[in-house]
Amino acid sequence: MANASKSYDVLALGGGNAALCAAISARLEGASVLILESAPEFWRGGNTRHTRNMRLAHDAATATLTGPYPEEEMWDDLLRVTGGQTDEPLARMMIRQSKDMLEWISAQGVRFQPALGGTLSLSRTNAFFLGGGKAMLNALYRRALRLGVEVRYESEVIGLDIDAGRFGSATFRSGAGTDVVNAKALVAAAGGFEGNFDWMAEYWGPAAHNFLCRGTKWNQGSMLKMLLGQGVQQTGDPTQMHAVAIDARAPKYDGGIITRLDCVVFGIVVNQNAQRFYDEGEDLWPKRYAIWGRLIAGEPGQIAYIIYDEKSANAFMPSLYPAITGNSIAELAQKLALDPAALTGTVDAFNAAVRPGTFDVAALDDCRTEGLSPPKSHWARRLDQPPYYAYPVRPGITFTYLGVRVDHDARMLMADGTPSANMFAAGEIMAGNVLGKGYTAGIGMTIGAVFGRIAGREAARHARD
Amino acid sequence: MHATEALEEAGRLMIVCNSCRYCEGLCAVFPAMEQRRFFNDGDLNYLANLCHSCGACFTDCQFAPPHEFAVNVPQALARTRAESYAAYAWPKFMAPVFHENGWAVAFAAVASVAGFIGLMGFSIAPRDIFATWTEPGAFYRIFPHAVLAGVFGLAFAYAIVALIMGARNFWRDIGEPMATLAQPVSIWQAMEDAAQLRYLDGGGDDCYTGRKTDRRRLFHHLTFYGFALCFAATCVATLYHYLLGREAPYPIYDLPVVLGALGGVGLTIGPVGLWFGRWKADPVLRDEKSSGMDRAFLAMLFLTGVSGLALLGLRGTPWMNLLLTIHLGLVFALFVTMPYGKMVHGLYRFLALVRYARESRELKVQE
Ligand SMILES: Cc1cc2nc3c(=O)[nH]c(=O)nc-3n(C[C@H](O)[C@H](O)[C@H](O)COP(=O)(O)OP(=O)(O)OC[C@H]3O[C@@H](n4cnc5c(N)ncnc54)[C@H](O)[C@@H]3O)c2cc1C
Ligand code: SF4
Ligand code: SF4
Repeated sequence: MANASKSYDVLALGGGNAALCAAISARLEGASVLILESAPEFWRGGNTRHTRNMRLAHDAATATLTGPYPEEEMWDDLLRVTGGQTDEPLARMMIRQSKDMLEWISAQGVRFQPALGGTLSLSRTNAFFLGGGKAMLNALYRRALRLGVEVRYESEVIGLDIDAGRFGSATFRSGAGTDVVNAKALVAAAGGFEGNFDWMAEYWGPAAHNFLCRGTKWNQGSMLKMLLGQGVQQTGDPTQMHAVAIDARAPKYDGGIITRLDCVVFGIVVNQNAQRFYDEGEDLWPKRYAIWGRLIAGEPGQIAYIIYDEKSANAFMPSLYPAITGNSIAELAQKLALDPAALTGTVDAFNAAVRPGTFDVAALDDCRTEGLSPPKSHWARRLDQPPYYAYPVRPGITFTYLGVRVDHDARMLMADGTPSANMFAAGEIMAGNVLGKGYTAGIGMTIGAVFGRIAGREAARHARD
Repeated sequence: MHATEALEEAGRLMIVCNSCRYCEGLCAVFPAMEQRRFFNDGDLNYLANLCHSCGACFTDCQFAPPHEFAVNVPQALARTRAESYAAYAWPKFMAPVFHENGWAVAFAAVASVAGFIGLMGFSIAPRDIFATWTEPGAFYRIFPHAVLAGVFGLAFAYAIVALIMGARNFWRDIGEPMATLAQPVSIWQAMEDAAQLRYLDGGGDDCYTGRKTDRRRLFHHLTFYGFALCFAATCVATLYHYLLGREAPYPIYDLPVVLGALGGVGLTIGPVGLWFGRWKADPVLRDEKSSGMDRAFLAMLFLTGVSGLALLGLRGTPWMNLLLTIHLGLVFALFVTMPYGKMVHGLYRFLALVRYARESRELKVQE
């Protein structure tokens, strides 16, 4: 067990992918390492426990990845989703290093699904963890412990002693009291602040309290706040967050992947007043699913309802909660506590505007509305086959972008641009450097693993010299 | 709405898992689940009988308790599976035997051994119980061959009929057409999967405790192939008797003895390994109610193996007659309890694998 009298070479703060990769990498360089994780053992690993895959550049197919995914293509993808809000040299370095990641992380015991799994359309660009993110985490913890890394759960860090960019010690909760630990170098890998609705309310107002957190409640962003408060340079837009439409019945925290809904394109989406507010068929679903959280956040009560009919009942991935059904639009409205006349009016207007076309959900088809505002540009089909179905949806937060600025060694930069002597960062806490906004599946784990590996190595080297 | 609480819980979990699918690489259960959107009782029984309780999907689940979704697939499927055994029992009135299975099997074993000792009392004089007989046909001085063949033939025939009827109930319940049983590819695939226990390991080394391996596959192989060798030994001996007119006991180097000895070793070590493996596994994965059934079956196999080996080692000594009687009593009990104990798991799992082979082949063709 760790105690104040004991001092470590490297202190890894956090317990997810980034912290574990950093800890293992530092230990492999010979450093003594302590991990402080605020969650209890079962909940260890933050949002990593909810993940499924990691995006990796590669020049040739492997057992777990089909086709090549060249660096240049991955860079183009990143550039597109961030709209240029990315540090190009840093991002390119990360993409280059992602090419070794499959091998490195497999050597740590993480296992992947064979490339030709059933439902996986992403298997060219993304490697899927066998058994999901929790299995991946279990493997990393097993490896870290075997290497001699020490881990303390229920040890939230509540104070960092930093003097002119040099870290000295950390204060953390320990049982009913607190404890202090010294280390020669620090790796901050404590995730984002998606669990902290009060903080989000600073940018979103009281509406933030109607959001749901798809991941862990342990990601309160306290570490991020401490670092920014002590002179570390900020990166990423604090008001930006990755939010998708998830089932409104989901728990406040940790609903994970199973509350997501992939049916927007099959119907219409209305707000509390039974009015449509955005083009449901603007673009292919994978390109648009991440805008709906923000859209709903802007609607009254931060709630909306996806409505579709029998034609589409089995057209998309099943999700946790059953759809609410009604034999008429008015009956459905009643069950949703919406105004039946208003909803019937909205559906009638939509139905009247639908032009004939050939439905094809895999392409930008010619099923669209005419003379309707907002329009539905593709996949518009009349809602006329009872029973009718509805899902209530709210914004579900996946990811935040505000972070600390780092250089190529994952070393934090201070507000005046000078590198910190011994502080490094990895994962979501510094994701904003390369991912200023937007999202592309699997990139969160890439950022954590690549920068975690670098941060651990550099921290160990610093401790040695 | 499902018929029982266990099915209700299994149904709830399959909805959760089907919207997650993170475990799809671990075993056959999840890919089979993904082919459905709704789960009736037959579907759930099918999935339950595909599961080996390896535990991988429990350790890997982000929604396991204490998460409020309380996902524990191995336990829910173990409960469903245990109930399904009773539901398929033939004749129906034998179903309760599954409820107190440990006691029922123990009672059958004791009664059967006692019965054989009683029979021995009839056929040989008390002073001959510890006589030393070594010549061919020595076994049959105690129990005439015709009697043995008749009694065991009947017991075996009954077991086979009851198992077939149970299999029929299973097949109907899961709603699989009879035609699948006429597809050599499906049968062959299922035989391959079953013979190597392909899905036992949760897709690799990630068994519940995180040890590299819990050796369950090894001990299961020892048990199963031990049983198969013993069965083969009996078949060869029967052929010797009727075709070649050669009577037991056979010399030590002869085929029935060699097969029986190897099988006996497997049947002795395998169940011991499985028994202690169970103790090590976390109770959170198990269906506590069926542990009596599991242990009774392991104990029966073990005792059969040990008594057979003892008979082999001590034949030609004064202990032979008694050991032979006990061994025969145990084998008889094993036969008659076969349709009413853990033995059925092999049958239903095999059939579930046949259906799985058919389904996954058709899925591949579609893609
Ligand atoms: C439902 C869902 C699915 C996702 N799927 C994917 C996917 O498939 N692929 C992908 O790449 N990304 C995915 N993501 C995003 C991904 O989860 C994050 O990018 C990733 O987990 C970030 O890793 P991390 O190690 O930086 O932080 P986390 O994994 O969130 O870990 C942060 C850790 O820090 C600890 N911590 C926080 N504060 C303190 C403190 N003060 N003291 C001590 N410890 C502290 C937390 O307890 C936690 O263990 C998903 C996210 C969600 C919510
Ligand atoms: S067991 Fe858990 S992780 Fe696995 S598929 Fe089911 S819900 Fe998902
Ligand atoms: S316990 Fe093992 S065999 Fe059963 S469903 Fe889970 S992973 Fe599959």
